Amino acid sequence: MSPPGLLFATLGLAALAAPFMTLAANRIVAGEGVMAWAVTAPAVTLPGVAVVMAGLLLGLPSEWSRLRFAGSVLGLSGLLWLLMQGAPRLLEGAGDYARVSPAIGFWCLLVILMLLMADSLARMAPGPLARGALLAAVMGALALILWSGVLSQLSILQEYASRKAAFADAVLRHLALAFGSLATAAAIGFPLGILCHRQIRLRGTILPVLSFFQTIPSLAMFGLMIPMLGWVGDRVPGAQAIGIAGIGFAPAFLALVLYSLLPVVGNTVTGLASAPPAALEAARGMGMTPRQRLLRVELPLGLPVILTGLRVVLVQNVGLAVIAGLIGGGGFGTFVFQGLNQTATDLILLGALPTVALAVASAVMMDILVELARPRSGRAG
Amino acid sequence: MRIGVILRPALVLLLLALVLKPAWFAPVFAPLVPEGTPVIYARSSLLSLSLSHLGLVAAATTAATLVAVTLAILVTRQAGEAFRPLSRTITNLGQTFPPVAVLALAVPALGFGAGPTLVALFLYGLLPIFENAVTGLSTLPPTTMEAARGIGLNRWQRLVQVEVPLALPVMLTGIRLSVVISLGTATIGSTVAARTLGEVIIAGLLTSNTAYVVQGGLIVGLFAVLIYDALVQLEAHLVRRAGG
Amino acid sequence: MIEIDQITKTYNGVSVVDAVTMTVETGTITVIVGTSGSGKTTLLRMINRLEEPSSGEVRINGESTRATKPHLLRRRIGYAIQGHGLFPHHTVARNIGAVPKLLNWPKDRIRTRVDELLALFSMDPEQFRDRFPAELSGGQQQRVGVARALASRPDLLLMDEPFGALDPIIRARAQDDLRRIQKALGSTIMLVTHDMEEAIRLGDRVAVMDSGRLVQHGTPAEIIAHPATTFVADMVGDVERPLRLLSLVPLSEVVEDGAATGDGLPADASLRDALSSCLWTGRTAVPVERDGAVIGRVTLDAIRARAELRA
Repeated sequence: MSPPGLLFATLGLAALAAPFMTLAANRIVAGEGVMAWAVTAPAVTLPGVAVVMAGLLLGLPSEWSRLRFAGSVLGLSGLLWLLMQGAPRLLEGAGDYARVSPAIGFWCLLVILMLLMADSLARMAPGPLARGALLAAVMGALALILWSGVLSQLSILQEYASRKAAFADAVLRHLALAFGSLATAAAIGFPLGILCHRQIRLRGTILPVLSFFQTIPSLAMFGLMIPMLGWVGDRVPGAQAIGIAGIGFAPAFLALVLYSLLPVVGNTVTGLASAPPAALEAARGMGMTPRQRLLRVELPLGLPVILTGLRVVLVQNVGLAVIAGLIGGGGFGTFVFQGLNQTATDLILLGALPTVALAVASAVMMDILVELARPRSGRAG
Repeated sequence: MRIGVILRPALVLLLLALVLKPAWFAPVFAPLVPEGTPVIYARSSLLSLSLSHLGLVAAATTAATLVAVTLAILVTRQAGEAFRPLSRTITNLGQTFPPVAVLALAVPALGFGAGPTLVALFLYGLLPIFENAVTGLSTLPPTTMEAARGIGLNRWQRLVQVEVPLALPVMLTGIRLSVVISLGTATIGSTVAARTLGEVIIAGLLTSNTAYVVQGGLIVGLFAVLIYDALVQLEAHLVRRAGG
Repeated sequence: MIEIDQITKTYNGVSVVDAVTMTVETGTITVIVGTSGSGKTTLLRMINRLEEPSSGEVRINGESTRATKPHLLRRRIGYAIQGHGLFPHHTVARNIGAVPKLLNWPKDRIRTRVDELLALFSMDPEQFRDRFPAELSGGQQQRVGVARALASRPDLLLMDEPFGALDPIIRARAQDDLRRIQKALGSTIMLVTHDMEEAIRLGDRVAVMDSGRLVQHGTPAEIIAHPATTFVADMVGDVERPLRLLSLVPLSEVVEDGAATGDGLPADASLRDALSSCLWTGRTAVPVERDGAVIGRVTLDAIRARAELRA
């Protein structure tokens, strides 16, 4: 018996006793909770509930990780089934503005089943390629579910339906902010890191300054960029033409770049310093030039650490880019803060859920890259 | 190092002046806004906002520390071994959740105000403290642990007298990370109606009042940098004491 | 021939190596021995210009090392260090082929050379070529380190405590291997160690360093029989001097006609081995064999005669 499995089963059964979906008269007011077995006719819901419970129970045996994994997939499909059967049924005759959304019970079960999946995966310890395939499968399944329209009656997807163009815009803007700032920070940070690696004095000055930037709260940083870039936009001829202005994309982008520099530079320095001293001495002794030592010994050995720095930056920037929504920088933050202003929960979710998904997917993807960059010898031992 | 001797007290004084005597800075911020607009945030006292901000962070961090360290002790015992991989997965995945998203997701569940902010700060603060506490408790020098057993300390005594004190510097690093994140997240908390210094910045953003933005940004930034620095000093002190 | 001419290294006014002059003949092993801080490693590192001499110069086959850029000079000189310094992310073959690659040898020539060297160090190329350093034992890593240093057939091989990280049994084997390979290739080797035993065992010539100065430079027998200073005598160790002397003499030098009982010893074993064998088995003489056939014997009296100092 697996102790975490037991915990998941207990919590999961408790969550089944909480409201599974909410039916509200319109998108602002609070709704009424509906239990999982009551979302539609019992002939449809009871098998669904049974499947969810079966999935939870399959998580119990500690030895069979594959079985536990299958249990989590089974449970998740049970949730999906209940959701897609319940939504149209609840909306029937509930009025034109009525909204259905998943409720606390659904979210708890979703988290529990995903933890069960993660726990069983952690024990199976799949290699980087298997993890990549799994990530692709999960993304594909998610895309298929959303594209097929089986959930289109859920409130969050109705919010989406009325904002398709704005959403597509936000996706592009969010990606541009997160990946653009990553690329810029890397382009500045690598040379700076290599320079810091060579010169200890420089390292002593640069790293504290960068960690100072990292400490400043994000809202303050974004805010302080506004007057600075506004000043530049006003004074420097042509700056406004290329988009440098007090609010909008530019201050958000610059703030993200400043936040990114510490992980990039710091991890480049650490990574380059991770080559064994004896190997470096040997490299010098056999007549490698400083450039050859860097390219053939220090960089390949430091690559995993350097990529780890990029992982930190990417995940961090995907999250911080939300703040851009407050200063007119676009991205998912626009929906989050609009939603907070209008107290429209689904709009908040429309901004927050894709952000979380993007952050998690980036983290998994970067972890795979880090592992692939690790020299074979290191992985063997 | 020597710059710090002058810089640190100077920054503390600057911060105190900004919070207690904001009117002094009116001439400094005035050029940032068109004439006639208010320069100094006056809708509520900066002191009370600061205290409320710091209070939220302190409460969340204290609670997160207690819970995270307890959990870390549990999973590093024999009995909690089975939860180790799960706890590692949760901390790894949980830390990829953006703090802002955690805050935003807390609102549908808990409504507006200090409540969701506190919960978001607490939940997000747990992760770095837990991660560092587990690292600290599971990387103790084996010879020291062997010696502690050898001189006849029981499990409780080993934990209290040896393991926790030795892991303390690493735990403190986690607490420091957590405090820095919390200070930042609490600032954004004002978008969900928590009373924090973020209010000043948000007010500035909404009314295009750059003076407010700079004023709020400076105060929050100074708090964060000084608190971070104080915790670094504390850690260094502990490490020195443990080392010699 | 390597000529070291009045070479000096000073750090902040303190001489770490003080006007050392010595000549190393081509095809010999010279062991530089001294305590830590004696300047022996600095002396070695000035030869391939990992340290720049403060004054003096080094000539290899008559040409000053200052005539070449340091990294080009180093590609001509092999260098093996304690703890091997192999590149952990490269296979054995890539490690050994590192210098030839720097010298732009064609691929197939590098490959042939790598296999040749692996075979020379008794490591099956098929089995070891594609392994990573972390997958080798300590002794194998050290052999790959030396093979890498020899890969481009350097004029000179510098070795800094190459066997320092090995346990005694593997170290003895590595020393024998080095001796054998040096004989086979005719390489010129300069090796630094703090271990006088190793110096006597390996060196054609031994150079003793003390506080930056070269205090004695001669054959192992000279060093043992006539230590130039009390420091050298201390390094050799008074009590063990006769035994060390015996370890230098092969049985073939003192073999005499006659019979002896018990197990025999090969002709290239040392008198020290013979003495040990006599004492252990309570014999007064041991048979000497060559290629399995007994060619004579060595008696305790003969051993004693060689152990007495002929002052």
